[in-house]
Amino acid sequence: MTGVQALDLAAAVRRGERSATDVVEEHLAVIAARDGELNACNLVTGDAARETAAVIDAAVARGEDPGPLAGVPIALKDNLCTRGVPTTCSSKILEGWRPPYTATAVERVLAAGAVPVAKTNLDEFAMGSSTENSAFGPTRNPRDPSRVPGGSSGGSAAAVAAGYAPLALGSDTGGSIRQPAALCGVVGVKPTYGLVSRYGLIAFASSLDQIGPFANSVTDAALLLDVIAGPDTADSTSIRSEAEPILPQLERGVAGLRVGIIDELASGEGFQPEVLAAVQQAAAALEAAGATVDHVSVPSAQYGLSAYYLLAPAEASSNLARYDGVRYGLRVDGEDVSVMNARTREAGFGPEVKRRIMLGTYALSAGYYDAYYGQAQRVRTLIIRDFARAYEQFDVLLSPTSPTVAFPLGAKSAEPLAMYLSDVCTIPTNLAGHPAMSVPFGTGEAGLPVGVQVLAPALGEGVMFRTARVLEEAAP
Amino acid sequence: MSGPMNAGVIDTEWEAVIGLEVHCELSTATKMFCSCPNEFGAEPNTNVCPVCLGLPGSLPVLNEKAVEYALRFAEAVHLHVPAESTFARKNYFYPDMPKDYQVSQFEEPITIDGWIDVDGERVGIERAHLEEDTGKSTHVGGGGRIHEATHSLVDYNRAGVPLMEIVSRPDIRSAEQARAYASELRAVLLAIGVSDVKMEEGSMRVDANVSVRHVGVKELGTKVEIKNMNSLRSLGRAIESEIERQIAVLEAGDRLVQETRHWDEADGRTHSMRSKEGSSDYRYFPEPDLVPVAPTAEMRAAVQAAMPELPAARRARLQAEWGITEHDARTLLTSEGLADYAEAAVAGLQSGTPKDVVNWCLGEVLAHLNESGLSPEVLPLAPDGLAELVAIVADGTISKKQAKDVLGECLTQAKRPKQVVEERGLVQVSDAGELGAVIDELLAANPDDVAAYRAGDDKARKKKRGFFMGELMKATKGQANPQVLNQLLDEKLQG
Repeated sequence: MTGVQALDLAAAVRRGERSATDVVEEHLAVIAARDGELNACNLVTGDAARETAAVIDAAVARGEDPGPLAGVPIALKDNLCTRGVPTTCSSKILEGWRPPYTATAVERVLAAGAVPVAKTNLDEFAMGSSTENSAFGPTRNPRDPSRVPGGSSGGSAAAVAAGYAPLALGSDTGGSIRQPAALCGVVGVKPTYGLVSRYGLIAFASSLDQIGPFANSVTDAALLLDVIAGPDTADSTSIRSEAEPILPQLERGVAGLRVGIIDELASGEGFQPEVLAAVQQAAAALEAAGATVDHVSVPSAQYGLSAYYLLAPAEASSNLARYDGVRYGLRVDGEDVSVMNARTREAGFGPEVKRRIMLGTYALSAGYYDAYYGQAQRVRTLIIRDFARAYEQFDVLLSPTSPTVAFPLGAKSAEPLAMYLSDVCTIPTNLAGHPAMSVPFGTGEAGLPVGVQVLAPALGEGVMFRTARVLEEAAP
Repeated sequence: MSGPMNAGVIDTEWEAVIGLEVHCELSTATKMFCSCPNEFGAEPNTNVCPVCLGLPGSLPVLNEKAVEYALRFAEAVHLHVPAESTFARKNYFYPDMPKDYQVSQFEEPITIDGWIDVDGERVGIERAHLEEDTGKSTHVGGGGRIHEATHSLVDYNRAGVPLMEIVSRPDIRSAEQARAYASELRAVLLAIGVSDVKMEEGSMRVDANVSVRHVGVKELGTKVEIKNMNSLRSLGRAIESEIERQIAVLEAGDRLVQETRHWDEADGRTHSMRSKEGSSDYRYFPEPDLVPVAPTAEMRAAVQAAMPELPAARRARLQAEWGITEHDARTLLTSEGLADYAEAAVAGLQSGTPKDVVNWCLGEVLAHLNESGLSPEVLPLAPDGLAELVAIVADGTISKKQAKDVLGECLTQAKRPKQVVEERGLVQVSDAGELGAVIDELLAANPDDVAAYRAGDDKARKKKRGFFMGELMKATKGQANPQVLNQLLDEKLQG
């Protein structure tokens, strides 16, 4: 389950050494064998996958190149729109809805020859850190099925960890790719805000959401990110300049790089000692590879969580208003339109989504706006400033991805705040709009995987991936 | 306008304070945030896409043309354009609003602080900002009223159509001034080509904020917003009625409620809207799906360079050059394209005067435009055709009365005036000898009438004279030049 599977598979398919059809069948067999237990998939798109694979094989037979992801199975988080294929956000409220269009990022993996095999489970509307808040039941961690895979992209992380597909797409608003990647022992990347088009990603919090890759290796993650990155006129927040390919930079090492360990995320209550130790070991490994390592303070990072839980719900309260029963998805009738709206939303949304809609509505209300939303925006500005200062002295930063390894199902379900703390290390990056990724680095409690987070300034994916690549090699 | 000049100054004790919010649909080819056609009257739900339907995952992309149109308006009414403006979401639930929020501008509008002169008075414009329109609901069953309807149908063709909201300062003091302000805005918007400003079709919608206070008092009274005026006339009536109502309430010693009231055209009053939206908290916040708008210097320069002549200047020029009244100049500019038509006709004049052209334009031509719904540029009679008509009247080929019929035929059957004259064998007889002979013949045949004329008082003379003229026109099949005929008849009767 290691190595550069996607890169090798695509190469073999492009050379005609392996048929996409065989590759897809093998992976569908893994899904069939394991998903009854893991519940990582909301929908297995086996027939469509077989058709796509046949098309790729035919192209290869004609001497055409199907692209850099030729024949590589990929799992798609079920908040990415896929034309004609149900897209649910793991919510009852989108029951029966089939998007009439496909997300830009998905279009790009299709154009590169990838074969979608499944739509994966998530916390409803990507709100959660354990994939337990799903209308279709929780996903289990392939490393230990009594534990959660993390979230909200738990289905995608589990799919890659369990061998359903070498690649998956997820979305990361406050850690929703990196934290499940850490908990499942795979690589997960949150790119710079705007590097990957959000068109077709069903919004949770628009100013924070970003699509990114899951893979079993840093190289495969780079391969996938190179495919999905780049400008898109359909997304006004997409960065207009062409993305610099990462793959060619990957093996440049870290000699001379300045690495900073974030003080505020390197100690404290709630952090498991093995997790903190892994960060120290990772730093040592980078030092051994020629980097210089020091500590750095990002003081406002500790307020990230509070700011996030005002800003993200505020945007969500507005983004999720459209699920009103009028046009698509669930409708529960009532005597007039407002009763219909209320009944539909009452029946269609789960408790965590309702909690965040209420939080966000409150934060934006007249008389509270400045104290909540306004204050949170000011914190966001401070975080950006503090990171900017840190990056004057450092090329990349290090921290744990998650304070703990995967926790047992149900362990934090009753305590929203404990659950929210799972994202304390990942959230500041989203607020800053910067890239960060999680790389598996050793094990912690109960032999479960630990992830180390590498952070970089905006559009610093190159240096971030180089660092991650070194850590991957050095991992115990 | 019916009624007195305005109610605000009937009783000098009271003064009205009025501000208008004008929404106009911009006539861009596509919608505000997607590439769907922006057109009125298409089959329901045909001009829609994932973006304007607000489907999950869709994202808005700003139509640059809408920005350009706002800049044109800014140029026309002296609005300041800040370096950057932002969009915001206005959140409320409404079934004809696909996302249950409206993308609008709140704290940082694209233009601020302008003014326009209306009949010599300056009215401040606080801001003009961009936003998207909503869809349209039709309530079915129960006679179309929302409370009795069995179900509702929503057409999203209008959802996402670009709107510009123009907010005046509370500088207006009477219903008449409000009407004049709205009319002037309309003329400006028409002249700069950013909207077709049809109040009846809803492409221009005017809401009024009205309060009253005693003259000399600085503080503003309780403000009432009135809606649902679908013509300039009803705007004037609604404001007048609301001013009267407010004064009556206050004079009875009661208090006014800050509220939204609905104008009822049928009973001529405003009615309280028991509206939930009235007290809504819209929870505005910056729209995270759009980036700030920063019009470039090039864009602004291009807009400045392409500014057409504005209505006030054009009216003044036409009055001076053509010797027409202010009223005629205003009417000419109120109808889209009519002034252009008239100017083109004047440019092609061989003989006759611009005033003749204007008279035809404001008479037969305007009536035909209203009746047919055509716009001047597609009239079957091109402007040089009208010039031809004016010329053949001026040179005496046909009479004005004949010309009226000729013009009617030209407008409906796409013929040139000279062609109609030829087909109908129309000629005007101005020859004194020829007409004199006809008169002699008539007078000889009716000696009693001639005697009665000569013996009669002014009244009897007038009556007989009318009889002679009628008979003469009959005898000449209407082709006699009336001026020549009149003169000759007088000479012969005095005989």
